[in-house]
Amino acid sequence: MTTVDTAAAPRARGPLALLRRVALYALLTAAALLILVPFLWMVSASLKRNNDVFTIPIQWIPRDFQWANFTEIWTRVPLATYLGNTVFLSLVITFLQVLTGSFAAYGFAKVRFRGRDTLFMMYVATIAVPWQAYMIPQYIMMQKAELTDTFWSLILLQAFGAFGVFLMRQYYLTIPDELCEAARVDGLSEYGIWARIMLPLSKPALASLALLTFVNTWNDYMGPFIYLTSNDLWTIQLGLRSFVGQFDADYAMIMTGSVLSVLPITIIFLLGQRHFIQGIASSGMKG
Amino acid sequence: MADLLTATPATASAAPSPRARDRRRARRNTLIGWSFILPNFLGFAVLTLVPVIAAFALSFMEWDSYNPPEWVGLDNFQRLLNDESTKIALRNTAFYALGHVPLTMLAALGLALLLNRKIAGVGFFRAAAFFPYITSMVAVAVVWNMLFHPQFGPVNQFLQFVGVDSPPGWTTSTTWAMPAIILTSVWRDMGYYMVLFLAGLQAIPVEQYEAAKVDGAGTWQRFRAVTLPGLRPVTFLVLILLTVQSFKVFDLVVVMTDGGPGRATLVLSQQIYRRGIIEGEFGYASAISLVLFLLVLVFTLVQFWFNNRRERR
Repeated sequence: MTTVDTAAAPRARGPLALLRRVALYALLTAAALLILVPFLWMVSASLKRNNDVFTIPIQWIPRDFQWANFTEIWTRVPLATYLGNTVFLSLVITFLQVLTGSFAAYGFAKVRFRGRDTLFMMYVATIAVPWQAYMIPQYIMMQKAELTDTFWSLILLQAFGAFGVFLMRQYYLTIPDELCEAARVDGLSEYGIWARIMLPLSKPALASLALLTFVNTWNDYMGPFIYLTSNDLWTIQLGLRSFVGQFDADYAMIMTGSVLSVLPITIIFLLGQRHFIQGIASSGMKG
Repeated sequence: MADLLTATPATASAAPSPRARDRRRARRNTLIGWSFILPNFLGFAVLTLVPVIAAFALSFMEWDSYNPPEWVGLDNFQRLLNDESTKIALRNTAFYALGHVPLTMLAALGLALLLNRKIAGVGFFRAAAFFPYITSMVAVAVVWNMLFHPQFGPVNQFLQFVGVDSPPGWTTSTTWAMPAIILTSVWRDMGYYMVLFLAGLQAIPVEQYEAAKVDGAGTWQRFRAVTLPGLRPVTFLVLILLTVQSFKVFDLVVVMTDGGPGRATLVLSQQIYRRGIIEGEFGYASAISLVLFLLVLVFTLVQFWFNNRRERR
């Protein structure tokens, strides 16, 4: 049962096969539980009294559920502000990245002109440079432009990434040129081809890019950590981190905050799981 | 015949020559191409391309935000060699990579082999393995910090349960803080690389397994003769991505230990941040980032070369 070719082999019958099947599912369930245990612990702790978080032995199901944690936290920290800021930043950055990324990708994939491939090489080359290596000049530029401690700094830095161009170009290359050629013959302009043919055809790739960008922005810690100092601009990640610093013994409440910060991403992941995995498989494989 | 000869230049002068038409079309295409690329390129050029080049130049200068920049040649690099905390950061980053790369790779490959089958519910198990990767670093660090709590944490409770008398102090101990970070990062990243391995496994033709079976190869032999060679391109890719990712480690360390206790988990990216953004020594910090970049580059090239050589043999 450790082979990888079960799909091809005719299904074996009999009690031995059943036993193997049960063993396989037991193994898979054990592995999944092991991976998910930190989340189970987090959810369980978020519903406990502070004193019950670290008990020996572990209390997996809280003795009495403290649902009040989930209402109380909104008064302890300005969580609504943090969430609002995070949603705003994530939406704006995702929108700009998908729009400019797919637009530029069309130029790279479907329009032939001199210097195109050199230009694209520059994009690819910078993907290989760690962003930490150029965060200092970026910071100096933002400081000189007096954009530090504004949303502008993060929007500008994250909305024009090379990654979106790269991902969308890979997808556009799989769409046959004949299709664009036919549209040109029919009198559609290049912009018309992009808007009416490429965009509808690349929905899966757009979804992958949008989901990956949204989740990355939502989860980003370093960007807001470097650029946002005013409390009323903070994102949920900064808020959670500072909450931990301020009330480091408030275990249950910290876990409540963690659950709330992870929850929106969990829902998005459950809805768009397929696109995530496809986006990663295609961008990673061809990268 | 005479008509034809005279007719040809006449039509050519009426319509543009094919050469001129080609040139005009090329110019039009260039304009259209650039108009597509420009919105993204402007942002990219100003905010990525220029900083990349500037970082390189800055590493040979001395500059804080108050005094004008001054060319100092290799001074920053000389200083780097004598800076104790930069050396510690370099050592810690290497230690992290040595743990993170092989462990994540093994875990990801194991998960991919386990989950590469067409059975009911496999989608759920894959999603479960992938889930840690999309949760935020802050939440991950906060939860694992509690799990690793030296006295009451579930990890040490478990260790005591299986008979370890004095379990490690994890993030409170200078020896065990880095292993704690490595374990957390392996747990978080393995699902991502599992997806890459799964794609690699599915690219191996089924016929190869069937042929090996006909030749009488057992499970282990099939794994060695078909799966491993078939996975080589993906393994290579994963190795590069993981190594590069390891050298860049930043946010996990910042939120989990902030480089502590002492300087036990201080890493290169953090050192760049502290020197450059906190202390405002732009030149010196850029010199450290150049080292980080060169490390990433060298490892990418070495692995590339190694893979080429193996393929040729």
